[in-house]
Amino acid sequence: MFITDLLEESYSAIFANKTRTALTVLGIVIGISSVIVMVSLGQGATSSIETNIESMGSNLITIMPGFQRTFSQVTSGRGSAQTLTIEDAQAILTEIPFVKNVAPELSRRYQIISKGKNTNTQVIGTVASYQDIKNVVIDEGSFISDQNVLNQAKVAVLGPTTRDDLFGEGANAIGETIRINGINFKVIGITKPKGGSSFGSQDDIVYVPITTAQKILAGVNYVSTISVQIQNSKLMNQAKLEITNLLLQRHNITDPQLADFNIVSQQDIIESASSIINTMTILLAAIASISLIVGGIGIMNMMMTTVTERTREIGLRRAIGAKKSDIGLQFLTESVMLTFLGGVIGIILGILISYGITFFTNTATKTSLFSIILAFSVSFLIGVIFGYWPAQKAAKLNPIEALRYE
Amino acid sequence: MIEVKNITKVYKTGDFENKVLKGISFSINEGEFVAIIGPSGSGKSTLMHILGCLDTPTTGQYFFEGKDVSRFSDDELAEIRKRKIGFVFQAFNLLPRTTVLRNVMLPLIYANVSRSKREKIAKKAIIDAGLKEKHFYRLSNQLSGGEMQRVAIARSLVNNPSIILADEPTGNLDSKTGEFVMQTFEKLNKEGRTIVLITHEKYIAENAKRKITIRDGEIIEDITNGISKSVQQIKE
Repeated sequence: MFITDLLEESYSAIFANKTRTALTVLGIVIGISSVIVMVSLGQGATSSIETNIESMGSNLITIMPGFQRTFSQVTSGRGSAQTLTIEDAQAILTEIPFVKNVAPELSRRYQIISKGKNTNTQVIGTVASYQDIKNVVIDEGSFISDQNVLNQAKVAVLGPTTRDDLFGEGANAIGETIRINGINFKVIGITKPKGGSSFGSQDDIVYVPITTAQKILAGVNYVSTISVQIQNSKLMNQAKLEITNLLLQRHNITDPQLADFNIVSQQDIIESASSIINTMTILLAAIASISLIVGGIGIMNMMMTTVTERTREIGLRRAIGAKKSDIGLQFLTESVMLTFLGGVIGIILGILISYGITFFTNTATKTSLFSIILAFSVSFLIGVIFGYWPAQKAAKLNPIEALRYE
Repeated sequence: MIEVKNITKVYKTGDFENKVLKGISFSINEGEFVAIIGPSGSGKSTLMHILGCLDTPTTGQYFFEGKDVSRFSDDELAEIRKRKIGFVFQAFNLLPRTTVLRNVMLPLIYANVSRSKREKIAKKAIIDAGLKEKHFYRLSNQLSGGEMQRVAIARSLVNNPSIILADEPTGNLDSKTGEFVMQTFEKLNKEGRTIVLITHEKYIAENAKRKITIRDGEIIEDITNGISKSVQQIKE
């Protein structure tokens, strides 16, 4: 029997009863499309988080304060240490060879006032190299310069959202004055919108020179984070190790367990965020695949009915020379064709729903080739698994009894 | 061409043994038109299933064109049915809602005949079976009983079988269309086809040149052109 004949026989058998076929296939369509939607939601979330994190800069290591060690038994909360300094940042840049750039920052929230409008936002005191490390793009004016840092200049660079809040949407703010914590700052630049919300908006932000932030705004001499950019992503782990050793040495700590800082690489953040989302995706896909199993049982039910209904036809086919295997193969082809049809429609529907979700709710979705191939093979497999038993039943029919069947 | 030697068929249901055929022997030559007659329960259907390679005898031998097929496997029997045997059934057994042409081409699908040849062979068979060109694309369920049976006859012809087995071909037809179907068989026989007709109605068997009567699983009469072989001769 030629494969084309096998397909044609199966095709005409399936379409002999269109309503029943449509209803049975619907089960598979719902199953496959929900798996596609769930997976694309998950992958969309993962990739939007990745781009979000990567937009903060590449090959990045972030040093954050750890526990404040005191001589008493009392340990303050994580992040409370006030031991990281601008000098630490300088030392990392000069003493570790493959460090490309460092940017210490001091971040606080302040009330900011301009001409009657005001807002409360994050003020980051930092240095010129921050722009390069964190991919800050200037829309108009300029970023903080080394000179500004040296002079403790009272200048500020605004994020577009902050600019909109303080001066109105799209207004020209360069040269205007804003008051941060009661002190006048001159606006020298506006950054380009970056988007992203998962880890705090990078558009609602004010940059000032770090020295100004330390001495004039906060009155402290420590920094809240040091961002380190490494030349090559392969050197990340080595860099982490060397920075740890250097800082331990500078802070006179001998036991690494007692370090008063934490080092987190960008990779670590992406990995932990992705692993959470992956777990969620797997969970959702697992729930969706239950509907696939239900759909598969529907297929089996229909195939069982078909075999019984077409007993005489099976008898005839056997009489005119069909082998058991020919009959089994025909019914298996029919069930695979059904699930495959359901798979194709389900994939199309799933992609459409994913687009719909992105279009109407602005939630990121990403339909990968992988999930499509997976859906195809799953639907094929369901056809084989749930079609096998009915096909066997058909193949094993005794031709004489089948011919006489009423 | 076909020869059965002392074949028996026993059905076992639990401890109870039902001997349906009790040692049947005869042979059929090429070009014969044989009617196997017997009342229901005589074992003629079982005999037809064995002759048609749908079943195998419990004991005895069945030579089909010289080959003993009585111990053939399921797949080997399917091969014989595919190449050598044409079936015509009482209930026609056509595929419903399917064109006449497709129904007639069905055996050729299993015989791996190329698509281009199939249609040609099937169209010729339909004409040979006494139907017209206008019937080619009719759906099987739109035909009359007599037309349906002639479609079934056309279907039995397409693989150019050595033998055509007709199991009560007129059983579902009125006597007039039944007569027409029988004429079709006679015509095919005149063209050289070997035909074995199974029936319980004597007047249908009148069309055949040779009549084998069986009762209770045994041949009681074998008449060729009015000349009867004795039971003794048959047993030998």
